[in-house]
Amino acid sequence: MATLSRDLLIAKREGGEALLAVIFFVLGALLFPLGVGPEAQLLAAVSAGLIWVMALLSTLLALDRLFQADWREGSLELMAISPEPLPLVVAAKCLAHWIVTGLPMAIAAPLMGLLLNLPSNGWLTLIVALLIGGLALSFMGSVCAALLIGSRRGGVLMTLLALPLYIPTLIFGAGAVQAAIGGFDASGHLMFMAAITLSSVALCPWATAGALRQAME
Amino acid sequence: MTKPVLELNNLACRRGGRVLFADLDLRLEEGDAAVVTGPNGSGKSSLLRVIAGLIPPFIGEVLWNGQNTRKNPDSFRSAVRYVGHSDGLQPALSVLDNLRFWANIYGSANNFGSLRRGLEAVGLADLMGLPANVLSAGQRRRLALARAVATNGKLWLLDEPTVALDSQSVEQIESIITDFRAAGGMVFASTNAPLKLERSKSVNLSEFSWEIEN
Repeated sequence: MATLSRDLLIAKREGGEALLAVIFFVLGALLFPLGVGPEAQLLAAVSAGLIWVMALLSTLLALDRLFQADWREGSLELMAISPEPLPLVVAAKCLAHWIVTGLPMAIAAPLMGLLLNLPSNGWLTLIVALLIGGLALSFMGSVCAALLIGSRRGGVLMTLLALPLYIPTLIFGAGAVQAAIGGFDASGHLMFMAAITLSSVALCPWATAGALRQAME
Repeated sequence: MTKPVLELNNLACRRGGRVLFADLDLRLEEGDAAVVTGPNGSGKSSLLRVIAGLIPPFIGEVLWNGQNTRKNPDSFRSAVRYVGHSDGLQPALSVLDNLRFWANIYGSANNFGSLRRGLEAVGLADLMGLPANVLSAGQRRRLALARAVATNGKLWLLDEPTVALDSQSVEQIESIITDFRAAGGMVFASTNAPLKLERSKSVNLSEFSWEIEN
């Protein structure tokens, strides 16, 4: 798919800039042991939640990259009137966004677990949950990014718009990891999360495409 | 008589609560060209955006082969190539990669040879490996035009195509347009600069201004 490979090529050319979200993800988590203190018990208790909150914030940080450049340069207009359906283009861009932000975050998750003393029986669930949930974060975020396109000071508004949408993913994501740590079955949480992800993958591109068309008028 | 391919029927455009132009009728057939002129703010760009489908018309309709382009956009979208004020380039990608992406999107030949021919037509073949962000304004403009040249559309909507171009490049663009029309293409260009297109229809938007009539 042309848009997907193009966006990945751009990320590759831009190098570090694309990976800023992951770097933020890891660095942010590094601060917690320094702030809270190195007490292993305390960190272990809060680590799942902390990692998920950091994942949310890092995705948020990377969201304005989703459409901003294409909007500024006029490519988005051309995509809107190209033979390719706009929702499909949007879906490809979200997928590329996830590959550049969500996927590396899931890969970095064990490192985060180590830093925050997350019990090792929760690691696998954390990775799976971040993989599934990250996709939802990118797709839901695209709606907010599209709504705020062209607005100055979009960053703060983005937080207000996107974070409420992210809460279900956060609850089930952190819940899954907590369940796994406690020795329970995490699949119920993961199923719920997968349902959220599937519906956002199916619905968000249409909403995003609508918002983008509105912005271009 | 050839079948009219692009028709503007009773077109009106409203931007920001103000009607820019109204009662605009125009027919373009194969090989035809129209040059839109008018003072700043008279709606030249808006007219092109309405035709392209980026703005819904306030009144009237745009027909492509007799079909309303808002209701049945598919065949129109694969035929139209819009070159707007923004050049639509991705700064991080090379000149060639920029062009290749659009060739993929429009489903036209994306092999090296045909893309190179497009770049040669606008005189950018030597720069194809450079990232687009080092191009000058005129070179960016020409790369945007190469997008239309290298992907086989039927209708070019060119918004001020000669901005930032030197006189030699303007002549180059004029000859590209002549070739395209000879092959049956249609061109709809807005300009304030002299753009010589033979046998072209001219649309002066100040004649369609709504406020004057009322």
